[in-house]
Amino acid sequence: MLKLILQRLALAMLTLFAVCILVFSVTEALPGDVCTAYLGRDAQGTRLENCRQQRGLNKPAFERFSDWGAGVIQGDLGTSLKRDKPINDMLANRMRNTAVLASAAAAIGIPLAILLGVFAALRRDKPLDVGLSTGAIFAMTIPEFVTATLLIFVFAIQLQWFPAVTTVRSSAPISELLPNIVLPVITLAFVMVAHIMRMVRSSMIEVMAGDFVQMARLKGVPYWRIVWYHALPNAMLPTINIIALTIAWLLGGVVIIEQVFNYPGVGTLMIKGIYDRDLPLVQAIALVLAAVYIGCNLLADLASQALNPRLRTAR
Amino acid sequence: MNNQAANAETLMHVDNYSLGYSNSKGQLVSVLRNVSLQIRKGEAVGLVGESGCGKSTLALSMLGFLRSGSQVQSGAIRYRKQSLFELPEKELAKLRGGRIGLIPQNAGQSLTPTMTIGAQMIEALMLHSELAPSARPSRAIELLGLVRLPTPQQMMDRYPHQLSGGQQQRVAIAMALAGNPELLLLDEPTTGLDVTTQAHILELLRELRQKLGTTMVFVSHDLGVIARISDRVAVMYAGQVIELGDSGEVLRQPAHPYTRGLLASIPRLNQPGLPPSMQGYPPAVGSVSKGCAFAARCEHCSPICQDLDLPQRNLAGRQVKCHLDDEALRQRIPLRSVEVEAAELGDNLIRLDQVAVSYHKPDLLERWLGRDKQIIPTVDGVGLLLRRGETLSLVGESGSGKSTIMRAVSGLQPPLRGDISLGEENLNMPVEKRDGQLKRKVQMIFQNPDASLNPRHTIAEILEQPLKLYFGLSKAECRQRAAELLAQVRLGEHYLDRMPAQLSGGEKQRVAIARTFAGQPELVLCDEVTSALDVSVQAAVLKLLKELQRDKGVSYLFIAHDLAVVQAISDQVAVLYQGRLCQVGPTGQIFNGAAHPYTETLLDAVLQPDPDHQPILHSDDVVEASPPAAGCPFQRRCPRNLGAQCNEQSPPWQEQAGNRIRCHLPIEQLQPSTMIEPSQRVAVG
Amino acid sequence: MQAITANTADAAVNNYRQTPRWLQVWRNMRRSPSALIGLSILLGHMLVALLAPWLAPYDWTLQNGYIMFQAPSAEYWFGTDNMGRDVFSRTLMGGREAISVTLLGTLLAMGWGGFMGMFLGFVGGRLDEWMMRLVDALLAIPWLLFLLLIISMVGQSGVTLIFTLGFFYGIAVIRVVRGATLDFVARDFVLAAKTRGESRFTIVVKELLPNVLDAMLVEGAMRWAWMLLAFSSLSFLGFGVVPPTPDWGLMIADTRGMMSIAPWATLFPALALSTLIISINLTADAFGKAMGLDRAKAPV
Repeated sequence: MLKLILQRLALAMLTLFAVCILVFSVTEALPGDVCTAYLGRDAQGTRLENCRQQRGLNKPAFERFSDWGAGVIQGDLGTSLKRDKPINDMLANRMRNTAVLASAAAAIGIPLAILLGVFAALRRDKPLDVGLSTGAIFAMTIPEFVTATLLIFVFAIQLQWFPAVTTVRSSAPISELLPNIVLPVITLAFVMVAHIMRMVRSSMIEVMAGDFVQMARLKGVPYWRIVWYHALPNAMLPTINIIALTIAWLLGGVVIIEQVFNYPGVGTLMIKGIYDRDLPLVQAIALVLAAVYIGCNLLADLASQALNPRLRTAR
Repeated sequence: MNNQAANAETLMHVDNYSLGYSNSKGQLVSVLRNVSLQIRKGEAVGLVGESGCGKSTLALSMLGFLRSGSQVQSGAIRYRKQSLFELPEKELAKLRGGRIGLIPQNAGQSLTPTMTIGAQMIEALMLHSELAPSARPSRAIELLGLVRLPTPQQMMDRYPHQLSGGQQQRVAIAMALAGNPELLLLDEPTTGLDVTTQAHILELLRELRQKLGTTMVFVSHDLGVIARISDRVAVMYAGQVIELGDSGEVLRQPAHPYTRGLLASIPRLNQPGLPPSMQGYPPAVGSVSKGCAFAARCEHCSPICQDLDLPQRNLAGRQVKCHLDDEALRQRIPLRSVEVEAAELGDNLIRLDQVAVSYHKPDLLERWLGRDKQIIPTVDGVGLLLRRGETLSLVGESGSGKSTIMRAVSGLQPPLRGDISLGEENLNMPVEKRDGQLKRKVQMIFQNPDASLNPRHTIAEILEQPLKLYFGLSKAECRQRAAELLAQVRLGEHYLDRMPAQLSGGEKQRVAIARTFAGQPELVLCDEVTSALDVSVQAAVLKLLKELQRDKGVSYLFIAHDLAVVQAISDQVAVLYQGRLCQVGPTGQIFNGAAHPYTETLLDAVLQPDPDHQPILHSDDVVEASPPAAGCPFQRRCPRNLGAQCNEQSPPWQEQAGNRIRCHLPIEQLQPSTMIEPSQRVAVG
Repeated sequence: MQAITANTADAAVNNYRQTPRWLQVWRNMRRSPSALIGLSILLGHMLVALLAPWLAPYDWTLQNGYIMFQAPSAEYWFGTDNMGRDVFSRTLMGGREAISVTLLGTLLAMGWGGFMGMFLGFVGGRLDEWMMRLVDALLAIPWLLFLLLIISMVGQSGVTLIFTLGFFYGIAVIRVVRGATLDFVARDFVLAAKTRGESRFTIVVKELLPNVLDAMLVEGAMRWAWMLLAFSSLSFLGFGVVPPTPDWGLMIADTRGMMSIAPWATLFPALALSTLIISINLTADAFGKAMGLDRAKAPV
C-alpha cells in the first residue's frame, strides 16, 4: 500500500515536471517574448536589449528554465511583469477565493449528483430518467457564460436577489464574499451535477444489471438495501476517477464564471495576465492549476485504491 | 429413497406453466411451453438440457423471479399452497434465501465484490434467521466450516476475489444454507470448475443432502452431474419437458428420440471412439410455437409431429412427450460409436524440446540485478513430438499451462528457452517474424466462435482474409474458394452473405474451422474448440475435425478439459501440472495403462452419464498459485507422496510401451490394477 | 446468457435477410423523440448558417445611432443592440464562423486523435505507456489557458483556431479511442488475425476500425459540441472572432452590460448558441443509443 502511494506520488511529480517543461516550451516556441510583449511597438534597438538584459532573457533557454524551475521548487513563482510584484502575494488571496467557490459547488453538487444519478438509473427509461437525462444534456451543454448571463438576468436584474457582479476586493474576508458566490456556485454546480449524474447513472445501470445484484434479489435482500449496500459502492468505484477528472476539467470553466461575475479569483487574474501579456504570471497560474488538476487525480486514484478491495488486497 | 419420495408431500407444483418474453421486435415468444412438474419433499430432481432450452428460466421461476420483459402466459407455480406470482414482494423476499435457497452458476460473479464474505454471510443470517445479532458471526463461521472451507474464521474477512472458484462456490452454498432452506435450487453449480473441484463440490452437496434432508432442484447441461446427484430427471428441449422419470431408468434406457440422441452423443471414457452425432442444431429460443420442437432433427419425424401438439405419454411411471407409439419408445437402442478412418501417420512434424515460457517481462532493474535468470517460468521443460496426421491433446486443470504452450507454438508468446520446430523450420520467433509460408502452415481455432469471428464482417469477408493474405486471390476467386471451404465444413453457399450474429454456435464454429483450413495448414491448434458448444452439436464438430484430418493430413494440437472428448479424438495425450509434464503417451495407455498419480486423480474424478458410476477422490482440490521451487510439481497434492525424495528431487522419466511417466515411484507400481487397493480408496457415495 | 441466445434467435428467425446496419441505426433513432428534435434543430441551424447572407433583412454591420435599444417589433424581429444594429440579422450570421471553424477543427481532431488512439491501443507496451503519460500531462494543462496562451501570442485568425482546437481536442480523442480499441484488442478475432500473421495496418483498419467506428462517431459529435463551447467561450472573452464579424459569444459579451435595458440583444444570441449545442448533443446521445452504446462520456 505504502509502495503504491509513493509510486503514485512519484508519478504525479513526474507529470507536474512534464507540465513545467510544456508550459515553458510553449511560451518559448511562440513568437515574441516577455519583452516584445511588454514593450509592444517600442520593442526594438536598445530598449529591447536593455529589457532583455534586465530580465535575464539573454541567457540560453536551458539556463532560464533551470532558474525558473529552481524558483518554483523553492516556492517562488517569480515576479509579475506588469506590476513588478511577487506573484506569490498576488495569488494567495485569489486562490483562497477560487477554492471557496469551487468547494462550495462541489459540496452541494457531488452528493446531489450521486443521488440524482442513482434515481435516474433505477428508473431507467421511465419519465423520471428521461427528464433528468435530458435536463443533464441541457445543463452540461449550455456554455457557462450563457448560464451565468441568464442567472444574472433573472436573479440579479429582474428579481434583484443577489448582486450581479462582485465588487469586493480580493483580500476581503470570506464573510463578505459569501453573498457574492451564490450565483457563481449555482452556475458551476449546474454543470458539475449534470456531468457527474450522467456518469453515476450509467455506472449504476451497469452494476444493477450485474449477476451479483440479481443474486442479491434472489437471496431475498430488500430492494433498497441492494441499492445502497450492494450496488452503489460498486458503481462508485469506476466513477471516482472520472469525477475527479471532471472536477479538474471544470476548473477551466471556473475561469469564465469568475470573469462573468467579476469574482476576484485565480481566473480573473489569469485573464488579466493574458490581456496584459504578463507571461510570468500566466506561467505561474498554469502551473498552479495543473498542480490542482494532478492533485485531484492523485486523490481520486488513492481513494479508489482504498475503497476497492480488488486493488487493496492481493489474492 | 424413491418410494419414500413418492409418498412425501409435494413442495413445488409447476402446472401447465408457459412463459413468454418480448423480443426486440416486441413480439411475445415462448420460452417455456406447458411445463408440468412436481417436486416432492426430500427428493433431488435434475433439469437437464442444452443452452436455451429454458432450464435456468424454469428454476428461477420457482423463486418467483422473471427476467425483465418476461411474462407468464399460462399456468402457475405454487410453493406449498402459495402461488408464487401472486405473492407480495415482501413475502417473496422472505421466501427467497429463506425457505427456498439458490446456488448460482459462477459464484464468483454472484458475490458482491465490495463486501467481505463475513458481511454477506451475516446479512443472510440477519434477513433469514431469528438469531440475535451477537450470535450471527459464530453461526456464519459454523456454516463456512460445514461446507468444508479451510480456516472458516479467516474466510470471514476475505473478499470474494481472494478465493478460488471452488471456494467461492462453497461460500455460495454456505450462504444458501444460512436461511435453513427446505428447497435448494442449484443452477449449474459446478459448471466452469475443474474436474476435481467439480467432483468435490458434488460430493459435498450429496453429503449435505443426506445430513440435512434438503430437497434439491439441480439444473445442469451435464448428464454426468445429473446422474451423480438426482433421483428424478426432467429432460428439456426448446422450452418443453420432453421426458421425465427416474434418473437411473432414463439414463439407462432413454425413450424420447432426443434423449436417446443426446445420451448417445456424449463421449464416454469406457467407450473409445467418436460418439454418433445428432443432425442439425437446437432451434433458436422461441422459434417453435407449435408441434414438436425436435421434429426438424428427429429421424422418426412424421407429418403430424410438426402440426399437432404433443401428447403426454405415460410409460410405466415415465412421462414422455412424443407421437411415437409405446412400442417404438420402449425399443432399446444400443449405443454405437462412429468410425472415422484415421489419417495416415507421416514423418515427424512438430517437435518441442525443453520449452519454457514465461509471461513475466523482466524490467530494467531486474535485468540489471541479474534477477531475470531466477524467475520461475509458467511452463518449463516441455518436450513433445507430433507426427503428420496425428492428434496430440494437452490435458490438465486450469493453470496447468495448456494454453501457454499453444500460445508459444502459435508465436503469440515466444518461448523463453528451448526449441520449437515444424519440420525443418524453426518456430521460436514471434508470429510477426515468421515468413508467409510458415504462418500459413500453423493455424489456430479458438474456443468461442462468438469472440473469434469479427461481428462486423460477413462470413464471406471472414473467409476471404486468409485467402487474400496467403494466396493473393482476386475478389471473385476468393468468393468461389470461400464457398468451397464452407462446403468442406458442410455449410451451404448461402451462408456467405450472413453476419456471424445470425448463425448458431455450432455453425459459427464451423465457419471458424473453415477459415482455419483456408490456409491449407499443416498444424492446427485447437483450443477448447467444442467447450462452448452443446453436446448434441459437439459430436458433429469432432467428427468434422477428424474427417478433415483424414482428408488433409493435418496434425492437431488439441486442448480440452473434457477427458472423454480427449480420449475420443486424440492419438497421443500429454498430462500437465503447473506447466510441467507429468505423463506423455498413446491415448490407450494414458486412459487404461500405467498412470501418474495426477493422471489418476483426474481420471477418477470424471463423472459419467451412468447412474452406476462413482468418482473417486484422491486428494483435496486446493488450488496452487505457483509450482514448487524443487522436486515434483505435484508433490503438495499427491496422495502417494514419498516425502523428501518427492519434495526435493526432480522425478525421472520412466517408459513402458511408449507411455512415459515422470514419477519417483517405479512404473510397475503405477499400473491401474496395483495402484491402490479398492479398500483403500476413498470412495464416496 | 439468456439475452445472448435470444438475440441470435431474433436474427435467425429474421429469415436471414440482413438489414444494413445504418438503416437499423436510423430506424432506432427515428423512434426517439429527442433524436428527432435534436436532428431537426441541427439541420435548421446548418441551413440558416449556409443561407444567412440571403436571409438577413438588414446589413449586420450597419450601425445606426437613431435606433439603439429598440425592443423586438415587426420591423426588427429581435430588436436592436447598443449600436443600433439589427439583432436578427446578426444572430443569423453569428454562427457561421463558429460552425465552420469547429467543424474543421473536429475533423482534424478526429483524424489525428483517432489514428493515434487506435495505434497506441493496438501496439500497447512501453510506447503506449509513455505516450499516455504525455497525453495525461497535456490534459493537465487547463484547456482554456492553453488556448488563450497560444491565441494571444499567435494572433486571432480562423486558421490558428482550427489548428489549436483541432490539436488540443485531438489529445482527448486519443484517450477515448484508445480505450475503445483496448476493448477489442484482447478479443479472439484480433488474436486470430495476429496468429494468421496479418500486418498491423490490416488489423487496425480491417478488424479494429469497423468495431471502434461507432464509438468514434459519437465521440466526434460530442467533441464538436465541446469545441463549439470552447470557441464561443473564447469569443466571449474577446479572443475568438475579430469584430465587426458577428458572433454569438462576442454579441453576448458586448451586450450583457446593457441587459437591464435591452435584454433581447443578449438573450437571442444566447438562445441560438444554446440550441445549436444542445441539438448536437441530443443527436449524438441518441445516435450512440441507437448504435447500442449507452455510456455517458467524460469530458476528457
